[in-house]
Amino acid sequence: MTGTAPAAGKAGTGEAPAAFLEVRDLKIHFPTDDGLVKSVDGLSFELERGRTLGIVGESGSGKSVTSLGVLGLHNKRNANVSGEIWLNGKELVGASQTEVRRLRGREMAMIFQDPLSSMHPFYTVGHQIIEAYRVHNDVSKQVARKHAIDMLGKVGIPKPDKRVDDYPHQFSGGMRQRAMIAMALSCDPELLIADEPTTALDVTVQAQILDLIRDLQQEFNSAVIMITHDLGVVAELADDILVMYAGRCVEYASVDNAFHQPLHPYTWGLLGSMPRLDRERSERLLPIVGSPPSLINVPSGCAFHPRCPYADLNDGKSTTERPELIELEPGHKAACHLPLDKRREIWTDEIRPKL
Amino acid sequence: MFAYIIRRLIGAVVMLLLVSLVTFGIFFWLPKLAGQTTDQIAAGFVGKAPTPEAIQDTKERLGLDDPVLVQYGDYLKGIVAGRDYKAGPTTDKCPAPCFGYSFRSSQPVRETLVDRAPATASLALGAAIIWLAGGITIGVISALRRGSLWDRAAMFIALSGVSLPIYFTGLVSLALFSYSLEIFPGGGSYKDFTDDPVRWFQSLVLPWVTLAFLYAAMYARLTRAGMLETMNEDYIRTARAKGLPEKTVVTKHALRASLTPIMTVFGLDLGLLLGGAVLTESTFGIPGLGRLAIDSIRSGDLPMVLGVTLITSISIVVINLIVDLLYAIVDPRVRLG
Ligand SMILES: Nc1ncnc2c1ncn2[C@@H]1O[C@H](COP(=O)(O)OP(=O)(O)OP(=O)(O)O)[C@@H](O)[C@H]1O
Ligand code: SF4
Ligand SMILES: [Mg+2]
Repeated sequence: MTGTAPAAGKAGTGEAPAAFLEVRDLKIHFPTDDGLVKSVDGLSFELERGRTLGIVGESGSGKSVTSLGVLGLHNKRNANVSGEIWLNGKELVGASQTEVRRLRGREMAMIFQDPLSSMHPFYTVGHQIIEAYRVHNDVSKQVARKHAIDMLGKVGIPKPDKRVDDYPHQFSGGMRQRAMIAMALSCDPELLIADEPTTALDVTVQAQILDLIRDLQQEFNSAVIMITHDLGVVAELADDILVMYAGRCVEYASVDNAFHQPLHPYTWGLLGSMPRLDRERSERLLPIVGSPPSLINVPSGCAFHPRCPYADLNDGKSTTERPELIELEPGHKAACHLPLDKRREIWTDEIRPKL
Repeated sequence: MFAYIIRRLIGAVVMLLLVSLVTFGIFFWLPKLAGQTTDQIAAGFVGKAPTPEAIQDTKERLGLDDPVLVQYGDYLKGIVAGRDYKAGPTTDKCPAPCFGYSFRSSQPVRETLVDRAPATASLALGAAIIWLAGGITIGVISALRRGSLWDRAAMFIALSGVSLPIYFTGLVSLALFSYSLEIFPGGGSYKDFTDDPVRWFQSLVLPWVTLAFLYAAMYARLTRAGMLETMNEDYIRTARAKGLPEKTVVTKHALRASLTPIMTVFGLDLGLLLGGAVLTESTFGIPGLGRLAIDSIRSGDLPMVLGVTLITSISIVVINLIVDLLYAIVDPRVRLG
């Protein structure tokens, strides 16, 4: 599997990229009374059609803020967005509200985490899908309704011609999430962002929804960003992984590399805290010590240093100098001061045996 | 939906029964408990200088010496089905809803109420349209431009609107627009729509605006608060993510969801006003139910006071029933849940 991490030095050039989606040096800051919240602070990645990028990281690492940023859903009045987002040759950060709005729903769509609160309680499921379809397609209500029924059938809602007139509260959680997916896919978006699409659902339904997303992606050949804290979901669905910490990318790798030879201490921590069904409970959890950093006073140097067991091995560089995201192998990047050999050694000798 | 309507209807009927019980209690039963003789109670329904014959007559007509339950039954029957008053050899027919006779005019109370109701209804409904349209529009714009100069100015005016009494704003507007600028006719110029539509309209403009100002202020604040809350809902984000134009997001998705609490308050406000806008009617000299109530209280015209009280209560109950039914139309969770 080949990685799609951007070539170094390309960020901020303002030139249209070859990739379908390219995010360059994205920064999303919120001025608040307590100070400037740097939720996303210099994030770059690329994604091609037909591929899936998994974004993982602890709560508060900036995953949702990133995805809302790509869709242009931040309010200009309380968020400062800078950097570049290129979708299909168009730059979105500098584009007008109207231009971005026209792309939303048609070229890029989003599935949200909580399907109950994400659907309007006063309108039928069908109405909400029809509405999404009709903003971008000049068709009659009947045609749109037929399309909505088709979409509901496609995502596996039984008797879609009846259920189309139900209200969201008459659907079960899993069906609501399916309806959300039908709505997101109603205009054949080329980019689909799923922000924790299964956290509100029980395990069996979770698996069905993930299967559904994978099947639909194959059918439509769309690019998918799958946001989750669940590494299992990523392992199953993604081609590449972007590990986020404090609003930045700390490791970018193919799924294979991320699971079998990760090169960042934070990724090791994530893998260590991932529950595995084939191990005893006591053996498997190696949680990352400490709590996620403040996004107002981000720790100096490497933001992970207060929680990193290897921070002392770098002559103090971990606390003073921010490690750059460096491509260490083709398609595999990490941001850490530890010498590469040392990291491979720690991974093979200390970490892997414990997982 | 059907079960919901039935429940609401039963609720409304129970409310009306309660209202009748309370009014009956206050006007006929409490005085008795307080130790008044039936003669004294009857005197209240006769007028200022009651003759013994008149008192005796009234006592018989109202059946004040009957047991309380029988009295209440007659009273209810009078309202629902009309009632015959036996006065010596003659029998007075009082068709439903029978509230008795005013002793001042000797007219059936019902006729006076029917006479006065159009003025009050014109005033209340006209003002309601203005305050709903104005209050909601201002509230929505304020919420969308939260913290802006517009928002702060609007909310300041709204605050003063809520705190200024009608007789102040009413008199100021009369002084300005009617006596100084002579744009609108002064107080007491009301004519019924059927008699003189132009006059009707001209005489109501100032009362409408004055009354609406008071309520619009409150509705603007209410709408603003509701909109600020709904605009943060997840489904608003979804609506935007679909690529809907902002106008659609605001009106179809956010405003619709913010309207339900406003409807509730509106039901109470309009119901109360339909029973008489006492201060506005007095300030502008509109011969409506509110003025009727004040005049009747002043002259001790008990049957009339009773009639206005009942009309007010009934209008509140009925309007709230309508609001409840509208609720079911607006919010499917009410209808189907
Ligand atoms: N409008 C805002 N104003 C201020 N801070 C914000 C705003 N939106 C998000 N944040 C902050 O940005 C940080 C990142 O939030 P985000 O929702 O992206 O986290 P996440 O990675 O999606 O976490 P989770 O896994 O819990 O969903 C959080 O600390 C949050 O408090
Ligand atoms: S740079 Fe230092 S603190 Fe950061 S992950 Fe590497 S070793 Fe740990
Ligand atoms: Mg999130």
